[in-house]
Amino acid sequence: MTSAPGSEAEGAKAARVDPTPDHFRRLHPLTPLLRGWAFLAAAIAFGGQDALRSGEMGRFGLTVLAIAIIGMITGLMSWWFTRYGFDGGALRIDSGVLNRRSRRVRLDRLQAVDINRPLAGRLLGVSELRLEVAGGGKAEAPLQYLAVDDAVRLRAELLARAAGIDADTPEAPERVVHEVPLDRLIWSTVLSGAFITGVVFIVGIAIAFLFFRDSNVTFGVLSSMVPGIIAIGAALWAQLGRNFAFVLAESPDGYRIRKGLLDTQHQTVPPGRVQGVAMRQPLLWRGKGWVRLDVDVAGYSGESGEDSQRTSTLLPVATYDEAAEVLRHVLPGTDPLSVPLSYAPRPARWLRPFGWKRLAYGVDEHVVVVREGVLSRAITTVPHAKTQSVRVVQGPLQRRLGLASVAVDTTPGPVDAVIRHRYAAEARTIVEEQAERARLARKADVPEQWMARYRQQSAPAPAGDADGDGPPAASSERDQE
Amino acid sequence: MDQDQLFAPPGEAWQQVSRKLVSLRRLVLLVSVTVCTAVVAVVLGLIFGLPAVLIAVGAGLVALVWGLWLIPRNWRAWGYAERLDDLLVTHGVMFRRLTVVPYGRMQFVDVASGPLERRYGLATVQLHTASPATDAKIPGLPAAEAARLRDRLSALGEAQAAGL
Repeated sequence: MTSAPGSEAEGAKAARVDPTPDHFRRLHPLTPLLRGWAFLAAAIAFGGQDALRSGEMGRFGLTVLAIAIIGMITGLMSWWFTRYGFDGGALRIDSGVLNRRSRRVRLDRLQAVDINRPLAGRLLGVSELRLEVAGGGKAEAPLQYLAVDDAVRLRAELLARAAGIDADTPEAPERVVHEVPLDRLIWSTVLSGAFITGVVFIVGIAIAFLFFRDSNVTFGVLSSMVPGIIAIGAALWAQLGRNFAFVLAESPDGYRIRKGLLDTQHQTVPPGRVQGVAMRQPLLWRGKGWVRLDVDVAGYSGESGEDSQRTSTLLPVATYDEAAEVLRHVLPGTDPLSVPLSYAPRPARWLRPFGWKRLAYGVDEHVVVVREGVLSRAITTVPHAKTQSVRVVQGPLQRRLGLASVAVDTTPGPVDAVIRHRYAAEARTIVEEQAERARLARKADVPEQWMARYRQQSAPAPAGDADGDGPPAASSERDQE
Repeated sequence: MDQDQLFAPPGEAWQQVSRKLVSLRRLVLLVSVTVCTAVVAVVLGLIFGLPAVLIAVGAGLVALVWGLWLIPRNWRAWGYAERLDDLLVTHGVMFRRLTVVPYGRMQFVDVASGPLERRYGLATVQLHTASPATDAKIPGLPAAEAARLRDRLSALGEAQAAGL
C-alpha cells in the first residue's frame, strides 16, 4: 500500500529518462571471462578432436584464437552495455548491444533471492544473484556476475525495498534454526534408494566375477557396468555436495538457506512466499526417524528438474521433531502436524489395498493437511491463502464405489495436495468449504510488502515463536531495525 | 443419485456450451475416422487381401458409431457457472471433474478459436492460474458469449486480484 519514501524521488526521475540512468552499475569485470570460458573449452574440445584426426594443428590453433578473440570482444561489449539499478519500485536491467533490452522486475512480486557461487566464481570472488518472481518460466534475472560484497548489498536492498522499508536498512539479523550435521547427511545419502541400487549393482558384478573368473564375458559385463556405477556415484556425490553444510536460518526477511560444498548457494525466501510444504519419509529413513522437507515457492519450479530439486529443499534430512519445529516457523500461526485428521472411508481399500488406512486429510483455519503413502510416507500442507483452485475428480472405479478425490492446486513444484478417495458427498462438501476457506484466507494474507504490516500494527509480534520468556514486543522490534 | 449431486451446480443450473460443439466434433470424428480407416484398410489390403479390408472397415464403423454416440454425452457433461467469487467448470463422462477457480487467482484468460471453430462461430475460453493443474477450459462457447465471459473474468480478476 505505502511505498518506501526513499524510492519516490528516484521513480520520478527515472520516469523521464529512458536511457540508462547514470547511477546504474555494471556487472563484475570478470563476467566475460567466466561466461566465455566454458564456451571456449567446448570449442577446443570439439575442434581438437577434429584437428587430432586430420593433423592440421596449425589451422586449429588459429581457429581457437579467432574464436577466443571474437568471444572476448562480444563478451566485453555485452558486459559494457549491461547495467542494473533501481528505478522506482522496480529493479531495472538494461542489456543488449544492438537490440537494447530493458527489463523491470517488480519487487512487490519478489518470491525469492538467491546468491549462487559456482566453484569458478568462488575462486575469483564473484557470485551470481538470482531473483525469482512468479510468472516467469526461468529465474527472471540472473545477474551474472557480481562481486560478493555487491551481491550481498544488493540482496539486502532488494529485500528491504520488497518489504516496504527504507532501502538503506542493513541486512536483517538471523537466527539459525537448523544445521544438518555432516554424519547425518552422509548416512541419509547412504540410506537412499540410489545408493542401495548402486551397492546391489557392485555386489552383483562381484558375484558374476567369482563365477566366470576365466571367461571374457565377465570383462565385457564389467566394463559395460562401469558407466552405470560412475553415474550413480556422481548422483550421490551431487546430492552430498549440494546439501553439504546445510544451514537453515530465520530472519524478519523470511527464511534463509546456505549450503553447498564446491558450488555454494544462499537462498532467501521472504515471509508468505511458501506455497506449500511436504514432509516426506523414504522407507529406509524410518528406522532413524528422519524426514525431509520440500517446499513450493513460486518461480523456483519453473526450472528444470535438477534445478528444481536443488532449490525446493527446505531440509534435506532432520529428525521429526526438528522438522516439526521448522514447519511451524515456515507456516506461522499453525501446527500442521497436530491438525486432527479424518481418515478415508472403507471402500477406499478397493483402490488402495495397501495404505488406504493411512489416507487422511485434515483442515484447520490456516492450512489443509494431506497424509498418504505406505512405504514412503508423506504429509503435505498447503495454506488456504495459497490455494490456486480446487478440483473434484471422479474416475469410473471411484464412481462404482461412491468415492471421489479432491485436489487443492498450488504453484508448480514438489508439493501436491490431493485428498484421495472420499465419499462423493463429503468430497463435494470439501470442495465448497475449501473454496470458501481460501477466499477468506486470501483476504487476511500477509501483504506483499511484509514489513509494512509491522509499521501499521501497534503491537508488532515479529517471529512470534513460542519461547515464553521472549523479550517484550517493543524491544524485539528495536532488535530488528 | 448422490453421484450426480457431486457434480451438481451450486444453486442455479449449469450454463451449457453450444450444441454446435456436437456437430463440430462429429465432423472432426467423421473425417479422422474415415482417413484412418482408409489408410489402414489399404495397407492391410495390400498385405493380407480382402478379408483384412473388411475387418478394418468394420472396426472403423464401430469406432465411428461409438464416437457419434459418445460425443453428445460428452457435450452434455460440460457446464460452467459464474458465482460471486469463483468460476465453476465441470466436464467429463468417464472421468468427471469439477473445478472451482477463484477470480482473484486468475493470471490470464485465453480465448482461442481455430479455423474450424470459427466456421461454427465457436471459441474456447481458458482460465489460467499460477497452478498448471488448474483445469478451467470451456470449449464450444458462441463467440459473443466467449467475449462476454472473457471481459467479465478479466474485470472480476482485476477487482479481486490477490498476490501470490
